[in-house]
Amino acid sequence: MAIDVTKFHQTFFEESLEGLELMESGLLELEVGADNNEAINQIFRAAHSIKGGAGTFGFTAVTEFTHLLETILDRRRSGQAEVTQEAVDVLLESIDVLREMLSATRDGSELDPAEVVGVQARLQELVDSDLPAGGAAPVPSPAVPTPTSAVDAGSGDAVSGAALGTWRVTFKPQPHLFRTGNDPVRILGELAELGAYTVVADTSALPALADLDVESCYTAWTVELEGPTEQSAIEQVFEWVEDDAEITITRLDTPAVPAADPEAETAPSEPAAGADADGPAAAPTDTERRTGGERRQAEAAHGPATATTTSIRVDIEKIDTLINMVGELVITQSMLQELAQGNAIDLEKLQEGLADLERNTRELQGSVMQIRMLPISFSFNRLPRLVRDLSGKLGKKVELKIHGETTELDKTVMEKIGDPLVHLIRNALDHGLETPEVRVANGKPETGRITLDAYHEGGNIVIEIADDGAGLNTQRIVAKARERGLVGEDDQLTERQIHDLIFHPGFSTAETISDVSGRGVGMDVVKRNIVDLGGVIEVESAAGKGSRFRIRLPLTLAILDGQVVRVRDQVFIVPLVSIVESILFDPSLTSSLARGAGVYRHREAAIPVIDLSESFGIPPAAETADTPPLLVVVEAEGTRAGILVDDLLAQQQIVIKSLKTNFRAVPGLSGATILGDGTVAMILDVNSVLGLYRQTL
Amino acid sequence: MPSILAVDDSVSMRQLVAFTLKEAGFDVIEAVDGEDALAKAQTRRADVVLTDVNMPKMDGISLIRNLRQLPAYKFTPMLLLTTESAPEKKAEGKAAGATGWIVKPFNPEQLLATISKVIK
Repeated sequence: MAIDVTKFHQTFFEESLEGLELMESGLLELEVGADNNEAINQIFRAAHSIKGGAGTFGFTAVTEFTHLLETILDRRRSGQAEVTQEAVDVLLESIDVLREMLSATRDGSELDPAEVVGVQARLQELVDSDLPAGGAAPVPSPAVPTPTSAVDAGSGDAVSGAALGTWRVTFKPQPHLFRTGNDPVRILGELAELGAYTVVADTSALPALADLDVESCYTAWTVELEGPTEQSAIEQVFEWVEDDAEITITRLDTPAVPAADPEAETAPSEPAAGADADGPAAAPTDTERRTGGERRQAEAAHGPATATTTSIRVDIEKIDTLINMVGELVITQSMLQELAQGNAIDLEKLQEGLADLERNTRELQGSVMQIRMLPISFSFNRLPRLVRDLSGKLGKKVELKIHGETTELDKTVMEKIGDPLVHLIRNALDHGLETPEVRVANGKPETGRITLDAYHEGGNIVIEIADDGAGLNTQRIVAKARERGLVGEDDQLTERQIHDLIFHPGFSTAETISDVSGRGVGMDVVKRNIVDLGGVIEVESAAGKGSRFRIRLPLTLAILDGQVVRVRDQVFIVPLVSIVESILFDPSLTSSLARGAGVYRHREAAIPVIDLSESFGIPPAAETADTPPLLVVVEAEGTRAGILVDDLLAQQQIVIKSLKTNFRAVPGLSGATILGDGTVAMILDVNSVLGLYRQTL
Repeated sequence: MPSILAVDDSVSMRQLVAFTLKEAGFDVIEAVDGEDALAKAQTRRADVVLTDVNMPKMDGISLIRNLRQLPAYKFTPMLLLTTESAPEKKAEGKAAGATGWIVKPFNPEQLLATISKVIK
């Protein structure tokens, strides 16, 4: 039976990358010179698992690399060597390399061999320097390329190549043999496979029945065996019990080829490898070749981009909940069906059933959404390392505090929030925190503090990144903004408006461009990423005290709370988060153009009025009022506008269907949904609608 | 069909082992560490135990030591999945009551060959 091991590769890569994260966070927590036993054990286990998996799946380079890591960790685990800062540094670097090796193997891409070799050499150096020169035992290279257990595979293979021989084997198990789960009958049976044999049982040690312990083994056997076999193959049969029995193996005839025998004993792997060329030992290479071939085929068919599939690992608990709910749903469904089959429909029962159905559906939806939710620690985990590396580079002292890492967030949102987080942390370190000297001079503790916090707040997730550094320099921001022409010479700005300037494209106040946070192309990109996710970012800052960035994100991108509105005979969804209020449209407050397009006076401010029937070219329906009666006031990125609608319908949760994948991207719309009555409604992208409106001006 | 308790904290290894054994027609009971395995072994009787050595919570050797104390597992074949780099684990495993071992890396055919040795 051929088992295709490639189907487990994806899982292997996922768990190995997770393992690397564990190793990394474990290493960051190691304290030089302290007792780190449990921590090292955990790191060692992760390395060990990666090595084991890589070996089984035939990723030789990964196995060899991890083997060094494992050796280093093992010596520190057993107290043979010390945990030094240097060791931690090399180990951290090797984790980076290993991560790249795994990704490259997964994606079938090329990796710069120089980097691997460099770090591998440093690992080897560390291994060599661990032990005093005289006693330094070379690290045996891992038994990877061909599984050493080739001989284990079955004695059948060993039979084929060897010359005929006659052997006498005595086997006298110790009484406790059964208690190891070993069965002499099995062992004798295996011997029988090696050739023609006769067996004599010696029951002389058997006690009187009264003294007999049925759980002990009293019998010994003498086997005479004639077959094309070698001593090593016979020894192999007894491999598991050699310490639990007296075993002798004697050759009775003279070997036909005198040299063959001792050679087989001292270096069994060589002849075995030759004899087994077609046997199981060669299989991993076959598998490897097969893998490569398949991958190439896949790439030819779909291009390399499709090589990575994403999957998600879900808590069993979540799945159990889901199964429970489906169970409930089935019960409700059968109840309703029974109800429908009755002669007279019991209206009360029907309503009850429908209420159940509604509840089941809602709960089911909730649980399915839960599956996509992952703890935000997935994003946070890479940050301690970043802070450690950067603070070293910048010569700053910093303590990173993380709270709320179990807060859950949709996987898609999670994947997109990683880079903005990294950027914000870099900024906090580079621009926010002062050097230790400056901090001390200002009466602050030498070590700065960056706090990362995540929590849920009313259907949103909030992530806060705070530092106790110098805070935003408002004077410098204003000066720079004037220089860049972002604000006029005489404009008076509120503090908040000044702070918001840092999100303006191309804005940077750093006097020198550092390789840490770059050219200040960052903050506008950070903001755009967050806005793309349907989120907002705000900054609060106090001079000398520090800054706090607050990111508010929707929990999921798959569902939104929407207001269903009617424009002529078309139905649209306006995301509730964008709606400020809905008011009766008063034509007297507008500098009216045709159908109300123009400017509306709303609470002492003038806001543009947007007519969707014009934006989307909806023809007037017969009964359309000349002037729509309602105005929905929306806000996006600080700009307000009024959208004319004929009617406000329901407020409900909307399941977003992508227009891009089902049709094509349409300006002004973020997607579509199917309403309860089966009609398709478009979801407005308020920001982009405002953009469309500005274009028409 | 005989049932096999397969214990490994690595998901990919466990999947590989479980899939291989299921394809060969065995009933497979999967466990993620020694503690999990010890609990599962007591609710369902396994005919063979196949366990990784290095695992959190309870390692494979302690698992075997604990299982051997249970009357139902006195004579059950129990195999360790070990690596060549840890030969001392074999001896330690034997002392705890292991029947034998399978050396990693192994391929599915080798796994089945070894299992078929201990299955009656």
